[in-house]
Amino acid sequence: MKNKIEKEKKNFWDLLKKINFEKYGPLIALVVLFIISSFASPYFLKFRNLTNILRQVSYTGIIALGMTFVIISAGIDLSVGSMTALVGGIVIMTLNYFGGGIFAIFMAIIAGILFGLVLGAINGVIITKWNVAPFIVTLGTMSIFRSLTLYISDASEFRSTSTIFPELGMGYLLKLPIPVWIFFGLTILYSIVLNHTKYGRYICAVGSNQKVARYSAIKVKLTKFFAYVIVGINVGITAILLSSRLNSISSSGAGTGYELDAIAAVIIGGTAMSGGSGSVVGTLIGAIILGIVNNMLNMMGVSPYLQGTVKGLVIIGAVLIQRKKE
Amino acid sequence: MINLHEVLVKTKNIAKEFSGVRVLDDINIEIKKGEIFGIIGENGAGKSTFIKILNGIYQQTKGEVFFQGKKVDMDVQKAKNIGINTIPQEFNLINDLNVYENIFLGKEYQKNRFLLDKDKMRKETNKFLKVLETEIDPNEKISNLSVAQKQMVEIAKAVAYNSKLLIMDEPTTVLTPFEVKTLFKLMKDLVSQDITIIYISHNLKEVKEICDRVMVLRDGEFICLEEADDLDEKEMANRMVGRELNQMFPSKVKAGEEKVLEVKNLNVEGLLENINFDLKKGEILGFSGLVGAGRTELAETIIGIREKSSGEIFINGEKVIIDSPSKAVKNDIAYLPEDRQGVGILTNFNVPSNITLISLKNYTKILINHKKVKEKARYYVDEFNIQAPSLDIALEYLSGGNQQKVSLAKSLDTEPNIFIFDEPTRGIDVNAKMEIFNFIHELVQSGISVIFISSELEEIIGMCTRVVVMRSGSITGILEDEHINEEEIMYHATGVKRGAI
Repeated sequence: MKNKIEKEKKNFWDLLKKINFEKYGPLIALVVLFIISSFASPYFLKFRNLTNILRQVSYTGIIALGMTFVIISAGIDLSVGSMTALVGGIVIMTLNYFGGGIFAIFMAIIAGILFGLVLGAINGVIITKWNVAPFIVTLGTMSIFRSLTLYISDASEFRSTSTIFPELGMGYLLKLPIPVWIFFGLTILYSIVLNHTKYGRYICAVGSNQKVARYSAIKVKLTKFFAYVIVGINVGITAILLSSRLNSISSSGAGTGYELDAIAAVIIGGTAMSGGSGSVVGTLIGAIILGIVNNMLNMMGVSPYLQGTVKGLVIIGAVLIQRKKE
Repeated sequence: MINLHEVLVKTKNIAKEFSGVRVLDDINIEIKKGEIFGIIGENGAGKSTFIKILNGIYQQTKGEVFFQGKKVDMDVQKAKNIGINTIPQEFNLINDLNVYENIFLGKEYQKNRFLLDKDKMRKETNKFLKVLETEIDPNEKISNLSVAQKQMVEIAKAVAYNSKLLIMDEPTTVLTPFEVKTLFKLMKDLVSQDITIIYISHNLKEVKEICDRVMVLRDGEFICLEEADDLDEKEMANRMVGRELNQMFPSKVKAGEEKVLEVKNLNVEGLLENINFDLKKGEILGFSGLVGAGRTELAETIIGIREKSSGEIFINGEKVIIDSPSKAVKNDIAYLPEDRQGVGILTNFNVPSNITLISLKNYTKILINHKKVKEKARYYVDEFNIQAPSLDIALEYLSGGNQQKVSLAKSLDTEPNIFIFDEPTRGIDVNAKMEIFNFIHELVQSGISVIFISSELEEIIGMCTRVVVMRSGSITGILEDEHINEEEIMYHATGVKRGAI
């Protein structure tokens, strides 16, 4: 009898050893954080609080999904925050131009996605066609997009005149906010793209070793280009949801710091900055972890000015843990 | 004259294990002062492990090392201090610094405790270079030097460190025959100045020429230590492998008449000049030449990696334009690259993902059919006898030979008619080599045509029915039948002879 128990114990440890920490590390971190948080604050587990966390992370989370592809390709996109503001401004302008009705909302959505796609494509073309480092290119366009937003709005706000537009960003579907549904839906879509399509395989190959990819008849430049287009489209979606929720876009404030949150979610989710492999679901988990951390800091009354410090520590910690595993 | 019987290095029962696997077992030897001590053996025989114990990179699991009679617990710094220096295969020079800065890197002379004493360093560098009888300017940037000159700088660096024991690991693979002669003369000079040299090479002819004594290792074990005069090359090879090496190559297959590939007046600016040749159905066409002759560049031009400045390529008599690797795949051309880890395989991808990387569209409608991919990978693993603990293992954990087989399967999975092999046996052991030769044999028997690029003359002679010899970017001869021998190939490769037969 005693033997049997010991045997089971041993099996349990063997099982624990067999867990692929590299793959499930972020999920384990999320579960641990969730348990700690539910003990730390009685309000944490309230349904309203949980849906709020999810809504808050879905804006940068959607961008982070696209950023996952860029980082897997061994690139980076720093321009996503400014791009959100610029596309958001264009969304509001389109909305107002068409009068703010249902048709106007439809046109605004199309304009948002289209402009996101085009701005992402501009990044992609400069990076792949002219062979400029992604860090430099997107640092440049980050400045350009913000400046154009300020110029167009004369440094004030883009204000929507529509009364029904906010329903999209504020609305609920089956008790969950609409942005959360979109975030989850896109996670599933991009996870399939990454794991089960040629493009997903190619982007990993390109990020892992560009030369091998080229010798393997993969169109390296086109593959990379599409990563920036994907992130651009996602920025477009976020810009639509954000402008709809606020029914306005501040030219100086909208999207600031989004690049940091998006990159952080990707890294906390276990995708390596060196490229070559990564996980879309990991990025979703990374975004939620960041959201819970912020939520807890708020509820424990930590100064909002200190939240950036904690976020920074979480990012560095996540990278250190990943390196230890190697 | 120095006393040739004085022992410089003695090893006693040296053994090395890596995670329980013994890679070096019980080596007891004495290296005498002032001799050139050759070490030969196949890949994985333990040559590198042995020298890495001597120069302190590895610590032995068991046994002792004595230097000039004293027991030493070797580490990298200690080895340098007592005068053991290694000329690495990959040079350890900083390209943006000039010669004297490299030689004095980390031990710069200073004046006034603050400023660099450049004059003194230049003067000293000149002295070292004069000892080596080379005419290199101490102020020249490393990036402007030829490979042979860089090697000289490495040797000068070692001399500057007051070397007593100089370890050379495959120093001649990057040199032209003339440069090899210069190197050998230099080695003789160094030996006469009381420096001892350990010389590792796969080129048995050179080993016989330059070494005083030769040690043979096999599977980490000591096989023998003989005077170089008492061994001929064949005997060396037999002892390395442990059996007679007659059946290395499969029998040759007669090629068809039909021309499957014709290259006409091909030029690539600065690399290739006026290349003309054809490949027949079911032929193994060898490409021989020295390092830098332009063979890899030619292959890369044919598969669309490099841009040609002029010239035409015909496949089955039809003119084709191949300006990207995907066009090459479409024209049923496969390429097995020389630089396996650099351009051949993805070391962080698993076996199935590597094998189906080029041919992925055959397994994809909208989504990848993972089951089909796995089945195909399993087929190749069985067919090529790929030793992998599981299909899901990343390639970085496989041995060089198994990586090469995966790389081969990856190219083959595109179902080519023309297969270009670029140094297919580089860095893999004899058994894997024979498997690859047999595989190529099977390919041509099934009607596939093969271009076989190799720097090993033995392979070219053993495998090919026709041999194209290149030198500095152009073809110097196309040899057939009884003209395929070492002398003829070397004459054309070095430019002594020119012209097709």
